Amino acid sequence: MTIERDARLREIQCWGDFFRFSIDAPALGRAARPGQFVMVKVSEGTFPLLRRPLGLHDVSEDGIELFFKVAGKGTELLARKKPGDRLDILGPLGKGFTVSAAAPGETAYLVGGGRGIAPLYFLARELARAGTRPVVFYGGRCLADIPLRDRFERAGLEFLCSTDDGSFGFAGFVTELAGRELAREKPAIVYACGPDPMMKALAAITAKHGIPAEFSLESVMGCGIGACWGCVHRIRNESGDGWVKICEEGPVFPGERILWP
Amino acid sequence: MAVKAKGVDLTADLGFLKLRNPVLTASGTFGYGLEFEPYLDLAKLGGIVVKGLYYGPREGNPPPRLVETASGLINAIGLQGIGVEAFAAKVLPKLRRIDTAVFVNVCGADDDEYAAVVEYLDKQEGIAAYELNISCPNVKKEGACPALSPGTTFDLVKRIKAASRRPVITKLSPNVTSIVEIALAAEEAGTDAVALVNTFLAMAVDLETRRPKLGNVYGGLSGPAIKPIALRMVHQVASRLKVPVIGMGGIMTGADALEFLVAGAAAVEVGTASFIDPDAAARTVAEIEGWCEAHGIAAVRDVVGTIRAS
Repeated sequence: MTIERDARLREIQCWGDFFRFSIDAPALGRAARPGQFVMVKVSEGTFPLLRRPLGLHDVSEDGIELFFKVAGKGTELLARKKPGDRLDILGPLGKGFTVSAAAPGETAYLVGGGRGIAPLYFLARELARAGTRPVVFYGGRCLADIPLRDRFERAGLEFLCSTDDGSFGFAGFVTELAGRELAREKPAIVYACGPDPMMKALAAITAKHGIPAEFSLESVMGCGIGACWGCVHRIRNESGDGWVKICEEGPVFPGERILWP
Repeated sequence: MAVKAKGVDLTADLGFLKLRNPVLTASGTFGYGLEFEPYLDLAKLGGIVVKGLYYGPREGNPPPRLVETASGLINAIGLQGIGVEAFAAKVLPKLRRIDTAVFVNVCGADDDEYAAVVEYLDKQEGIAAYELNISCPNVKKEGACPALSPGTTFDLVKRIKAASRRPVITKLSPNVTSIVEIALAAEEAGTDAVALVNTFLAMAVDLETRRPKLGNVYGGLSGPAIKPIALRMVHQVASRLKVPVIGMGGIMTGADALEFLVAGAAAVEVGTASFIDPDAAARTVAEIEGWCEAHGIAAVRDVVGTIRAS
């Protein structure tokens, strides 16, 4: 956990509202684990005031990669950055996915919706490195929502796409696609990141089949380090359920512990 | 410790306590302190004020709990917390190992609970003083908080002063008609200092859904947006009270902190800034020192209350 005040934006790739940033920040790159996130300062001024939480898309010895969608004022400002610009990044933060949940040779399903695909690329690469077989389910509303297809392809990762409007791949929700495959072949674990309704639907499917699951939750965050108690979600604990900080105990939680609204 | 190597004496004087420097952290923005250890040396601060504690654990409000507004942040956390027993068992022993003044923000759903919190904490070592959070909704009075009237403020401060073996700092709410009247009531009841301001009651609306953006509908506004109002209130209160004033509200830099000192605050608290930069409070200390050096000021105490006529 460091504040990297002199991270440098090396390269930008952009597809409409989606952006991929390659950032020189060796300390962050070496420390990060799949499912962890960083807090990125988007403005030098006082609006927006807060940093933006972004999941780590990939890491290397030299730095990190972020993948995000412009969704508001903060990400809009971030999207205006140019190669060579300095970035102020706090991280890596939170507890990530359990990479060892599936043994070598076993299969893991990774289900991502829209910008929620961001941490699953990093996770898929780590799983593959550990000898697990990752299968990625990548869904969006339409073709423009799933721009990372080439990236998964080039990395030699197994992946299936879905679009709600049927413009590419399976026509329907990514949860239906994952559910169909899962009925044919039970993976050792299902990892997911995406909109709450997607993960809620997936939680019902994994619970029905008795398959362990880990979901990465998203929230507006004040600090990212457990100090403000602003990013809570309803989580089941030994002592009952309560509001648990996503930044500190998460963002990744076991599926059966998450209570959905 | 009193004199820094470069020559600026940064110590601050609260009367009942000398601080290493005038920069504290504001309650609710610094967790229980330990969360910040990876990012700054807590021993470099004047002290830390930990998150408000009720007697037992507290559930807090449903999300969304945060919304950003122009140069500000509205929060409706609802004082979720671990309670005094968990604090004494798990947090305080670790804080005792750090050479910094620890202030505990004391909460209560009624006057009895405030007293119970103080009684329990009085048996623990390693606390410099209590910061009495008089802005907690009272369950027996339809959610009205003691801070709203001079009478309820007086009664609560009087009771806590009698119960406590430690100094009491009363933290005032800005959501009142006359903050000076409330501050005078706290002083009359024997408070050792006052701290102001708490957050401003606020709201944000989602135009498309026409719903409040916060789960709790209303929340407290903090950040640079409130600084000018906070500064005015600190000036008003410091002009009338004999006890020391701790100023806060939107402090992001050493210059901001110094403005509060000039307006009459003996010390300051850095709040929302710690969310953006976990080391903001330490940076504020360094910036105060730099400003004093640049202006040939030997002791930062000499800046307190030096506001001139317009």
